Amino acid sequence: MRRTVLPVLAVLAALLVIWYAGAVWLNAAWAQDRATRAGVELSLVELVADTWAQDKPKLPAPHQVAVELWQTTVEQKITSRRSLIHHSWVTLSATLLGFGLGTALGIALAVGIVYNRVMDLSVMPWVIASQTIPILAIAPMIIVVLNAVGISGLLPKAMISMYLSFFPVVVGMVKGLRSPAVMQIDQMMTWNASAAQMFWKLRLPSSMPYLFTSMKVAVAASLVGAIVGELPTGAVAGLGARLLAGSYYGQTIQIWSALFMAAALAAGLVALIGAVQRVVLRRMGMA
Amino acid sequence: MTAPEANQNAASVISASDLSLTFQTGDGPVHALKGVSLDIRKGDFVSFIGPSGCGKTTFLRCIAALERPTGGSLTVNGMTPDAARRARAYGYVFQAAGLYPWRTIGRNVSLPLEIMGFSRAEIEERVARVLALVDLAGFEKKFPWQLSGGMQQRASIARALAFDADILLMDEPFGALDEIVRDHLNEQLLHLWARTDKTIGFVTHSIPEAVYLSTRIVVMSPRPGRITDVIDSPLPRERPLDIRDTPEFLEVAHRVREGLRAGHAYED
Repeated sequence: MRRTVLPVLAVLAALLVIWYAGAVWLNAAWAQDRATRAGVELSLVELVADTWAQDKPKLPAPHQVAVELWQTTVEQKITSRRSLIHHSWVTLSATLLGFGLGTALGIALAVGIVYNRVMDLSVMPWVIASQTIPILAIAPMIIVVLNAVGISGLLPKAMISMYLSFFPVVVGMVKGLRSPAVMQIDQMMTWNASAAQMFWKLRLPSSMPYLFTSMKVAVAASLVGAIVGELPTGAVAGLGARLLAGSYYGQTIQIWSALFMAAALAAGLVALIGAVQRVVLRRMGMA
Repeated sequence: MTAPEANQNAASVISASDLSLTFQTGDGPVHALKGVSLDIRKGDFVSFIGPSGCGKTTFLRCIAALERPTGGSLTVNGMTPDAARRARAYGYVFQAAGLYPWRTIGRNVSLPLEIMGFSRAEIEERVARVLALVDLAGFEKKFPWQLSGGMQQRASIARALAFDADILLMDEPFGALDEIVRDHLNEQLLHLWARTDKTIGFVTHSIPEAVYLSTRIVVMSPRPGRITDVIDSPLPRERPLDIRDTPEFLEVAHRVREGLRAGHAYED
């Protein structure tokens, strides 16, 4: 334990030092500017203190972000529009729905690709092409089109999440469903197993380690999708909305706290899938 | 050399005549099997021996309907190999145990039974019986990684026995195991054969293994894959391990070795 904690803390401390130094470097110009206009001469200590305490700094200091995070999570009611928990939940719900849809779509496509020769030859290029289109370009289109057919709210954002998250699942599951050795498939043949038995008893269980690995990638992509989905709509709630509002009004502290919240959310989701993976694979005797 | 009386009169279970299999490859056709004719009678223990590429595994796979011959005829239990496969006429043991890591030993053995739709009670009874047959009683709840390689291979034999097919096809099942474990398993396999009266087709690289186990030894040679000699073993069915030091044993081994050498001469 001690062996891992110490290096981690050392790296963290180094990052904080660099961050604080960066804040001084980037915010000093504005501090000097204000001091000159007010006709005051700043000492070095005053200058540094000022760069770490501005309202709209170019780069907020770590403690400013921490205070903002504290005030918008612990000190706000969850129902409040100022609560970051509230905004996180809005984004998280779209993320989870999109992730669920994306995983289902990914598995369905992978099964099709593995079992159908036509799909094998035709679908994969499209799947790969779909991921070469910048999500920022296609997200407004999805939202506009869905709005035109009367779908708004959670689903359009979830669709963008799905668009990003099905890809790793398709790739992983195609590999996973094809992972049984030729010998294992021959063995099933000798028992005259049906295609369905081959799938449920051999291919699907074999693919489980691949599924969880791709789900970890997919859930992080889902979160990015949900946040991106909130940007072009001018959404009023969600981490994306916080980022957008923050950039309109130069609220860098708000932007940074939303970014940290998103990162924490992603880490939490990946850790959750990791935990499910461990439990499932251990129960299956594969870990 | 004559085979035991009982076997001479027994019905033919596997019958191949002028069987050939040619793979079309980029470098031209490869004759994996050419003009192979062989009758395997009920209760025989037949070993196929020969260098790599002689078609011994291919022949076994043809019997199992895992390969389709391109010429000649082949019947298993009087049916086409594919009909025999669908009738679950044989159990097949592969080179690797191939147990599913996510299933316990018991559930691995029950896998073919589940696929064939046996009832739960029947599955339980059969799993217990075949695991006892290969000396693995009490290991039902263990996962494959908790067992040694030899035990895993025994579990895979139990799995092939579980659904009571009369024919057991084994493709170098002990090839990856060390000499001592292999001796032990060979001895057990003979006991098993004596108790169950199965017809066994057994592919091997090892001359002592082939001679020790078999009632008939089929010597094969490559390019094209063909049978060069069929030796009816004069050894009794009851075979302690030290039979391998007897003159009869050494004589058969010598003849197998001669057959293999003759096959090799074709190459150069």
